[in-house]
Amino acid sequence: MSTVIEDRPVADAPVMSARPALRVPITLGVLGVIALLAFGLGSDSGMDSTFNLSFRTDVVQLPDLVVPTKGTCLVLSLLCLGIAAYSYFLATRLRKTPMWLTALYGVAWVFAFLVWAIEGKSTSLVDLLQGSLLLAVPIAFGAFGGVFCERSGVVNIAIEGQLLAGAFAAAVVASVTDSVYLGLLAAPVAGWLLGLLLALFTVKYAVNQIIVGVVLNVLAVGLTSFLFAAVLKPNAETLNTPPLLQPIAIPVLSKIPVLGPVLFRQTIIVYAMYVMVVVLTLALFRTRWGLRVRAVGEHPEAADTVGIQVNRTRWRNVMWGSATAGFGGAFFTVGYIGAFGPEMSGGKGYIALAAMILGRWTPIGSLGAALLFGFATKLVSALSVLGTPVPSQFLQMLPYLLTIFAVAGFVGRVRGPAAAGVPYLKG
Amino acid sequence: MLLELRGITKRFGPLVANDHIDLVIEPGQIHALLGENGAGKSTLMNVLFGLYEPDEGEIAVDGSVVGFRGPSDALAAGIGMVHQHFMLVPVFTVAESVMLGHELTKGSFLDLDSARAQVRTLSERFGFDVDPDARIEDLPVGVQQRVEIIKAMARDARVLILDEPTAVLTPQETDELIEIMRQLAAAGTSIVFITHKLREVRAVADVITVIRRGRVVGSAAPTAPETELAAMMVGRAVMLELDKAPAEPGAVALSVRDLLVLDGAGTRVVDGVSFDLARGEILAIAGVQGNGQSELAEAIVGLSTPLRGSILLEGTELVGLSVRDVLDHGVGFVPEDRSHDGLVGDFSVAENLVLDLIFDPRFRSPLGVDLAAVQANATQRIEEYDIRTQGPGQPAGRLSGGNQQKVVVARELSRPLRLFIASQPTRGVDVGSIEFLHRRIVSERDTGTPVIIVSTELDEVSALADRIAVMYRGKIIGVVPGDTPRDVLGLMMAGVPLDDARRQAAENPTTETKLEEGDL
Repeated sequence: MSTVIEDRPVADAPVMSARPALRVPITLGVLGVIALLAFGLGSDSGMDSTFNLSFRTDVVQLPDLVVPTKGTCLVLSLLCLGIAAYSYFLATRLRKTPMWLTALYGVAWVFAFLVWAIEGKSTSLVDLLQGSLLLAVPIAFGAFGGVFCERSGVVNIAIEGQLLAGAFAAAVVASVTDSVYLGLLAAPVAGWLLGLLLALFTVKYAVNQIIVGVVLNVLAVGLTSFLFAAVLKPNAETLNTPPLLQPIAIPVLSKIPVLGPVLFRQTIIVYAMYVMVVVLTLALFRTRWGLRVRAVGEHPEAADTVGIQVNRTRWRNVMWGSATAGFGGAFFTVGYIGAFGPEMSGGKGYIALAAMILGRWTPIGSLGAALLFGFATKLVSALSVLGTPVPSQFLQMLPYLLTIFAVAGFVGRVRGPAAAGVPYLKG
Repeated sequence: MLLELRGITKRFGPLVANDHIDLVIEPGQIHALLGENGAGKSTLMNVLFGLYEPDEGEIAVDGSVVGFRGPSDALAAGIGMVHQHFMLVPVFTVAESVMLGHELTKGSFLDLDSARAQVRTLSERFGFDVDPDARIEDLPVGVQQRVEIIKAMARDARVLILDEPTAVLTPQETDELIEIMRQLAAAGTSIVFITHKLREVRAVADVITVIRRGRVVGSAAPTAPETELAAMMVGRAVMLELDKAPAEPGAVALSVRDLLVLDGAGTRVVDGVSFDLARGEILAIAGVQGNGQSELAEAIVGLSTPLRGSILLEGTELVGLSVRDVLDHGVGFVPEDRSHDGLVGDFSVAENLVLDLIFDPRFRSPLGVDLAAVQANATQRIEEYDIRTQGPGQPAGRLSGGNQQKVVVARELSRPLRLFIASQPTRGVDVGSIEFLHRRIVSERDTGTPVIIVSTELDEVSALADRIAVMYRGKIIGVVPGDTPRDVLGLMMAGVPLDDARRQAAENPTTETKLEEGDL
């Protein structure tokens, strides 16, 4: 009797798009033309741009990289236009532009911009890279915290508040105990406490997750600002002068030219970030825990019917995620600036949320996106020091413009965990 | 494994979903649980599976009483369940879905190789041909169901509950499922088969238990005639066959030409569809769920804009008009999902009965809406359609499925129409209401209105249609007369062209057809 069915056309018909998707090629093309006109043709011939490849303090000094401004910009912008043309060619054949090509385009475009911006001047490439990495740290931890929560189906808008609480706790505990490591331990506890409230209201009482998250952010801002004004400011000597984390150079690795000092002469928080991205990726995609968490975030009823405790999983993940975000907050105080200031997280928690989305809810993607945002932020400060032709107000918009493009789906349609934001109530 | 349910009672507030139900499931038996939608079958099985805790009563396995506090207890006791809405994570692979909840690990990591091997072994044993690395969302529903069965068997289920398993299948797929059920039963697995379809019960069951309004109302042998089973299920004698006069088609009223509709992702969901519809004729659009039927109906009403093509109703081009304009041209529409698109659940029955009629002069007053007219209209329609409500002021969301649907149909038919379109007019509706709605639709046809019925239920298609258009992957695979045999329609629904379908159906009649013809 089954012979009947075998005659049926089994293979799925290919999904047919009626129109080629021209959004990406057109965007690339327009940006390429801007690069050609503004950077390539807009710069003076005969000028050079200089990049320093070592810190002044490095034992081994590498020679500076000096490139002719106009020539380099022309080559790079033509490369961009070439990629845009190829992308158009692919689109007419109903094929997508590969990710690596878009990435290459991005690097070429940014480099062209950089060469043009520092025309006749010099900037330190290592400083630029190291600064990007450092600025990415809290964003990356915030995004990891978001991955923990959202993969299990809870939207964590409270990352911003958790970063801030972590920063505060780390500063106070490190100042009081005079131990930077105890400060580092206090930060995740502070994030965890906010997570407790988040889980209580969203998982147990099924309150709207966005609203609870926003309220917790307001709570964290209000509480830390009040405590700062009322307690920390009058007693700054004892309560708000934490010791700073010192960079630890990893033997051998830190001697690699350019990348060595950037990646391997860092504080323990940065190394924790490296470990976290590897561990979280493996845990999420290769272990029993990860499979169950993803099932809970995608289809909680299905998880329930195979005996997985949905709400217990969510509780645990919210706690882990909040502690992770809190730990990232320690970077602001004991890892970078050295003292707590009101609202010092400055919206990095929201950027972290965007980084998580741009990174498609994966740890590696989140880190990549965080580095991108870090680079944009660092670029702004580096360029404003140099005094470039672009007004600084426009430059300061850069990281946020990037966020809007990222979240608006410039990178393509992104699909998060299907059950994120939906409380699970048993019938 | 002998499974006994003793005096199971489950209440949801004032509603008693299960009222002291006793049930014995013998090893290796196919036990059919027959009842209408809302009779309490699914609730009972969710109690058995540990998803709900019973308020009274007990479950016994091999004579000893067990307490299930969750699905994991039921799974451990050897009870597996294939839910009506599949419990599969769309983005997981088959192997991941099967191992979820009882994962094998190698060190700290998942042992996907063993899971793949297990899927292959089980899939071979039942002749399933399921790829362990395929993603669930890419699989057709029939295959997803097999994954669910593999999932249960991978946990050594000795009792397998199948909740309305045939709702999403073509007749041929149903036939294969029946074969699988027999094979499992022969191997000693007990099967609880929940359904409201009489044909299937008679084709496969060893024992039939009928449930009505939360109570066991009796049991029957599979040889019992359909009318007797239906009467037990509904509680009174029902007419299973709809007697309708032959259609008297008039002039062509609607002509659809080369209609192309894309979905959000750019896929052609309606792909070059053309057909004509005459006055006083019912055209049924048949097909397995998700082959473009719903999208076709939505395009005609104006809910989506076709990329190409034309829809001419009595000489007026409907493409490009707003929904309001289409309705004003005399199109009545019963949407597929009545609780979402057909009604406002919090509005009263009276308000829902005039939802798209408030611009009608009958309900206009100098201030806006003539509330007295709305009220009078409600009283009249409730009477006419036998809508069981506590009154016109009751929120429509509180009505039963059948009565909700009567509200929608009553509203759409309460003005002169040039075209009537009903999507899944009787989905989730009790047998008694089905009878009523079908008669109402036929009488609308008899007044000369052209009617389009979109339905995935072959019984409904056969009962109502004067002509049947079968859709497959967005295309109309053929338009056939209303009395075309089910086997042929089933094959066409799977994409087999009409001539091949006729030949194959003659060569390989399905179990149900054989049963009807007395070959078994």
